[in-house]
Amino acid sequence: MERNRSLALHGGALLILFLLQFVLPPYHYTNFTRIMVLAVYGIGYNILIGYTGLLSLGHAMFLASGMYAAGLAVHYIGVDPVSAFVLGSVAALAFATAVGLVALRTTGVSFMIVTMMFSQACYLLILYFNEVTRGDEGIAISEAARQIAGFSLTNPILRYNLALALFAGALILCYALIRSRVGRVLIAIRENEERVKMLGYHTFRYKLLALALSGLLSGAAGASYALMFGYVGATFAAIEYSIFALLWVLLGGAGTVLGPIIGALLMFYLVEWTSDVTESYRIVVGAALVLLTLFFPKGILGTLREKRLRWLP
Amino acid sequence: MTRSKTPKPDKRNGSISRRAALKGLGAVAGGTAALGLAPGFVRYIQVSAAEPIKIGFQAHRTGIGAAYGRWYERTTNAAVKLINEAGGIAGRPIELITEDDGTDPKRGAEVVEKFASQHQVDITFGTLFSHVVMGSAPRAGELKMPYYVVSEGHHVASGALNRYTFQPGITDVKAQVSSMAPWVAKNLGKKVTMIFPDYAFGYDHRDYFSAAIEKQGGEVVKLLPIPATETSYTKYFPQIPSDTEVLYHVMVGPGVLTFVKEMGEFYGSNRPQIFGFIDSLEAVDMASPGLEFLDGTYFWEAYPRYAQANQSGADKFYRAAVGVDANGASLEDAKDVSTYSHMFGCWETLYIIKEAVEASGYQSATDADKKKLIEATEAMSGWKEGNEHPQGDKTFSGQLHQCFGHQFISKVAGGKLEVVHRTEIADGTYEPETDYTKMAL
Amino acid sequence: MSLGPHLLLALMEGTVAAFVLALTALGLALVFGVMRIVNVAHGEFFMLGAVFAWTFAHLVGNPALGFLVAIVASPILVGGAALVIDRAILRRFNYQPEATIVATIGLLYIIQQLALEFYGPDARSVEAPINFRLQLPWFGYSGYKLVVAGISALLLLATWYGITRTKLGLVMRATQFDSETAQAFGIPVDRVYAAVFALGAMLAAIAGVLIVPIKQAYYMMGLEPLLLSFIVVIIGGLGSLRGAIIAAFVIGISDGVISVFFSPNLSKILATLLVALVLVFRPEGLFGGKAAR
Repeated sequence: MERNRSLALHGGALLILFLLQFVLPPYHYTNFTRIMVLAVYGIGYNILIGYTGLLSLGHAMFLASGMYAAGLAVHYIGVDPVSAFVLGSVAALAFATAVGLVALRTTGVSFMIVTMMFSQACYLLILYFNEVTRGDEGIAISEAARQIAGFSLTNPILRYNLALALFAGALILCYALIRSRVGRVLIAIRENEERVKMLGYHTFRYKLLALALSGLLSGAAGASYALMFGYVGATFAAIEYSIFALLWVLLGGAGTVLGPIIGALLMFYLVEWTSDVTESYRIVVGAALVLLTLFFPKGILGTLREKRLRWLP
Repeated sequence: MTRSKTPKPDKRNGSISRRAALKGLGAVAGGTAALGLAPGFVRYIQVSAAEPIKIGFQAHRTGIGAAYGRWYERTTNAAVKLINEAGGIAGRPIELITEDDGTDPKRGAEVVEKFASQHQVDITFGTLFSHVVMGSAPRAGELKMPYYVVSEGHHVASGALNRYTFQPGITDVKAQVSSMAPWVAKNLGKKVTMIFPDYAFGYDHRDYFSAAIEKQGGEVVKLLPIPATETSYTKYFPQIPSDTEVLYHVMVGPGVLTFVKEMGEFYGSNRPQIFGFIDSLEAVDMASPGLEFLDGTYFWEAYPRYAQANQSGADKFYRAAVGVDANGASLEDAKDVSTYSHMFGCWETLYIIKEAVEASGYQSATDADKKKLIEATEAMSGWKEGNEHPQGDKTFSGQLHQCFGHQFISKVAGGKLEVVHRTEIADGTYEPETDYTKMAL
Repeated sequence: MSLGPHLLLALMEGTVAAFVLALTALGLALVFGVMRIVNVAHGEFFMLGAVFAWTFAHLVGNPALGFLVAIVASPILVGGAALVIDRAILRRFNYQPEATIVATIGLLYIIQQLALEFYGPDARSVEAPINFRLQLPWFGYSGYKLVVAGISALLLLATWYGITRTKLGLVMRATQFDSETAQAFGIPVDRVYAAVFALGAMLAAIAGVLIVPIKQAYYMMGLEPLLLSFIVVIIGGLGSLRGAIIAAFVIGISDGVISVFFSPNLSKILATLLVALVLVFRPEGLFGGKAAR
């Protein structure tokens, strides 16, 4: 029963996103495309913070590693976008695994700082290897290089549906993960790692898996962003982008499957609507964030789950 | 509030046609490429003579570029007001729509998007910081949106961008830097130590100045890149070799005052010749505490901040219109110093847009009209000094989409900047690196 | 310049930076340690202190007098703002950790934009209250920087005394140790939290006032001290004030000294990785007595 309800909810969400493309005006059409891509980054982040209980402050490095691996391969070597996407995702997966082998020796607040430091080092390395990366200025990837089987990735409809497919893939992966035995172990680690250890689980391996998956999704989002929107830059590796992921997930509700996209959508449209009304839109956005915490201290879906929808995954 | 309030954009126009096109053809992902070209997407708009021409202005209102952005806005508003008072562009008033790009490349692209599909502007113009231009230009190209930037980066002329992106109002950094070398070598010295920010903007200085000074028989004895995240500088100064004749500095961002002050504390009165780019002190009062040390040092300026003895009528006119006094500060607040060496680019670019629109017979945002506009811009060859181009004569290369103008070298004397040299346009020209006119429209 | 003087200069720079960092980080460590919350807006209190310092210097006119007014009034204003924030926001959701992060990100937006509105986007400098240049045989040095180190040292000592020797300090430490038991013993935990939050903000504000004559006031200046303080607090061992202060010196000084031996850009990367590796191999922090959890 509950299982059906939650399947219906998530299937319904995907269906709505599919149907929205027939009614959205052009501007919002592209915005939704972009938000779906970035929500994949949010989902990746959520696997770690929401389901495994590990708060990273350096996820921008995984977003950026996918973005740079894919972007540089297309820009310099002329790799086709599909291979570049795979390359970017795999690079982020490998990178996240490597980072995890070191960083996961720490927990709690130390883990926050270690990830933040690694990410900062990545950001500085991007600036350091300026000859290749063009540093903070970044690289614009030509439209000619962004073609799949004769179709341009700049085509809005193709791009929307690719973003939707990517988002659906990430959503299904996340959903399946938390329903699986592995996912239940991850949640148990979040609740009480010591007890899980005592039950004989090798928790390090599970956490490493969570981080690797999280990095994979972040990298896939970064690679897609580079290929779909044609820009690669160091800004995406800066601390702000790590904080954005944290903000989206906490706003939507950490440990809820749909939380990241709700947070990302809300955040974007908060800025969008308020900047239409006032130049000082950041005050309004800030105030909205504060108000949301007063009424939804566990994020929107998190608070709803606590109060009403207990079955929400 | 300086924001020109826009009437709610007519969203239905675009969306209904999209919806119709989609319903008609089905939304099968495989057939999508053709859909993009479906006739439903073309808008047919009757343009009456009085209908405004919409210009989207991408401004750094927040983020690291805010000090520049504010003055870009003031200059832009002043120019728009004048153009409208004089009858607008091709008889149509300019409707300026300003959006904050947060000095962020992702938001920059979103703003271009918003201009194109929500506000449905004819032309986008504005922004300064290179990474915002790099992030925004691809989207402008995809949307076939004429995009005129005022950034001074070499990104346009290097060929990294696209057919729709122009920089006609301000000389690029490569030409600026190259044109400094002959005077520096002749008057200050040949052994140069360079201090520059350790990122793209700084590397442009490093590469182009090193090459230019070697051509003059000089050499760079030491390169001192400063990390982007640095906020204190004293510890770098000991690395400056003692045989340095000229210290070349260019820094940007809020740390520059600290940089100059700490340099003063370090050297005292016993210093080499110092030559800097005014970027280090844009929007900063030369009379700020700690800057006395700069007396007798030299700066590149694109446009002299302090009104000179031989001030042109155009400069007087321009200052009055923007609201800037003879010291380059706001008429209302003498401590509110402008970004004088950059913001004139907004003014001049708007007049170039006017000229291009009128020359091309541009009517509305159709592909055919935009094509005419792009080609008309490319066909221009330069402009004469005057009220529309107060900074001076310029040549323009349609292949490079980039203009080239005179540069100035000024000496700090008594807390002001006095021009000691004005370069020739030819001093900064270089071999073309690209030809945008060969790209498809 | 030969290595000796160069190293001396790097040490002097590092020491001054470390003192200011220690003040800022001490504020964060108090909040972090006693209340168990991450205050993302901590750097904005630092920025506010600096901006108020410019305002007072501007209003008063005389640099020395302006500085004296600022160093008293700025922290009071900022502390007052922190009290309001504590009462009106943080307490309402009972210092829930996730909500605190989102709410303080919101506050960061609000405070930054207010500074932009009322103070403007420019970096503005303030004349140092005393203006002498120390001429060493190899290089010159700002006399004011030594004053900053001196005042910071006094303030650190005062805070130290307050926490270890006064009743308020005892109450604070009891709350930090176990807030529920403290509550049971009649300690008004609510009020302790409010006091700690305000005190933390005031320390950051004082650091801001001290730094303005060296670095100018700028509306986006808060991020750097926030990140550095964060690192210092963790390396020092969560909640250990002594650890935080020692860590501030290790980080402040090593940043200067590493740059003597490596190219500056590389040294930043190396220093960053070093911090990460220290944490990996000493997760409880370098100087914290107790475990970091």
